[in-house]
Amino acid sequence: MISDQVRETPAVSALIARYPDAVTAGDVHLNELTLEIDPGQIVEVCRFLKSDQKFVRLSGLTGVDWYPAEPRFEVVYFLHSMERRSERIRLKCRLHGEKPEIDSVTPLWVGANWYERETFDLFGIRFRNHPNLTRIMMPDDWEGHPLRKDFPVHGHRYSYTDE
Amino acid sequence: MSDPDLQSPTATLETSAADTENTPPQRRRMTLNMGPQHPSTHGVLRVLLELDGETVMRAYPDIGFLHTGIEKQCEALTWQQVVPLTDRVDYLSNLINNLVYALAVEKLLQAEMPEAVKMMRVMLSELQRINSHCVWLGTHALDIGAMTVFFYCFREREDILRIFEMFSGQRMMTSYIRPGGLALEPPRGWDKAVRKFIDAFPDKVDEYEELLDKNPIWLRRTKNVGFVPLNDLIDWGVTGPMIRAAGIPWDIRKDEPYSGYEKFDFKVPTRTENDVWARYRIRMEEMRESAKIVKQALEGMPDGPWQANIPRVTLPGREKMKTQMEALIYHFKIVTEGMKVPAGEAYQACESPRGEIAYYIVSDGSSKPHRVFMRTPSFGNLQSLPAMVEGKLIADTIASMGSMDFVLGDVDR
Repeated sequence: MISDQVRETPAVSALIARYPDAVTAGDVHLNELTLEIDPGQIVEVCRFLKSDQKFVRLSGLTGVDWYPAEPRFEVVYFLHSMERRSERIRLKCRLHGEKPEIDSVTPLWVGANWYERETFDLFGIRFRNHPNLTRIMMPDDWEGHPLRKDFPVHGHRYSYTDE
Repeated sequence: MSDPDLQSPTATLETSAADTENTPPQRRRMTLNMGPQHPSTHGVLRVLLELDGETVMRAYPDIGFLHTGIEKQCEALTWQQVVPLTDRVDYLSNLINNLVYALAVEKLLQAEMPEAVKMMRVMLSELQRINSHCVWLGTHALDIGAMTVFFYCFREREDILRIFEMFSGQRMMTSYIRPGGLALEPPRGWDKAVRKFIDAFPDKVDEYEELLDKNPIWLRRTKNVGFVPLNDLIDWGVTGPMIRAAGIPWDIRKDEPYSGYEKFDFKVPTRTENDVWARYRIRMEEMRESAKIVKQALEGMPDGPWQANIPRVTLPGREKMKTQMEALIYHFKIVTEGMKVPAGEAYQACESPRGEIAYYIVSDGSSKPHRVFMRTPSFGNLQSLPAMVEGKLIADTIASMGSMDFVLGDVDR
């Protein structure tokens, strides 16, 4: 579902004209524009928004876990344009839980490197073509991905008492 | 120099081992572990430096030593209980962290704050900016060898911390700005304390500048050091004073005003040199501009409540609670199960002393956040370290790192 308000936004109408089936949903809530993107086309969409629509900055990238619902993961991209009066777009890709994988946007923004590593580390989402997809926050031998909803907040493996 | 194909730490060590066999002894590369306890990393940051003599050939920042899982903990706490955690993310600009969280939650609640609250928030966050820049200047100068500045800066920082203590009872972890308003009523005589400080402060900035601006060692160590092309800076996700020192007048306080910043008259200083010196100059100008904003807030501070009146969110007054049934019920509900925030998501960005700080909050309508993502400025800024130091001298690494002004709590969360 793409609302009319979203369709009339210049950047979105240009995007839909160029990639008709990339945008699966779109909404404006609290003055914030969110687009749902087909995960297979995320790199093309980002490239188009960056080079043609002047969304030059990737402000951040993260994941959201909706366990136990499926598709379970959302990868969220925060794009920002300094030239278009500080316009911001949020892109979302939904991924299934059993093998969450998506293409990396590091070829477009070198700065996506750490954000994708963090999302991999904490959510277990793999980014294809990432130059160095290793753990960044947790120790290298850590098991599990802490920000997943089925990962406990307390009491994971380690006991801090002698019992 | 910015090589996106960074190797993992072990791989770097192996390459240098292979190097030693094939290269003549005088050309051998050395891998140096800088940190995690190095004083100029200002926290626990480890940087693997591959050196050829005095030249850094490769730099690999290794972070995560201060990772405390704050984002995970947020999901287990109620909306109000998250506030003290936000203090501990960027422990040099706590109030701005409080503010961005409060604004994000208020965006979801669609709550409007009273004028006095907005103005007080702006005043406190500008004091916090001065505080943070003072700590930065003192420690950065100390790293490069100018020791005196440190004592001068910490003298002013102490004054600001006393003001914060007066407001909140805490010097650093204030938790003073909360969703729904301020934590406590501003104390009696706060305006006198702030006025006394802010009237004297511009002269103090002159003092710092006198110590540094004509100091030949300082100039030699900062000018033309730490240059990165502007487009690369944007691609790396660098924000704040670093990007303004490269010539882009981008400041979220001006471009996406929040909490009433549009009413204040201040300039966004920019420079074009894009080196350590320019970043120093930008922050000095920012201190002066912040002092101006504090002064304007002080002059124009309206009277009014220090909390918004939103039933189900802010606690009703004691008097009301004792006399009205509804107020008593709300009080009980807020205290026992916490306030509820409508389902939805909000992204709120603010200008922290280090750059763009933004919280992306997802609510599922319950009394706990579903997800709190903290887009912290230090994380993005620190990423550009290899681009800044590779191919340069190792002594310049210290100056470049200092000019980034990162806080490791902010990087690792």
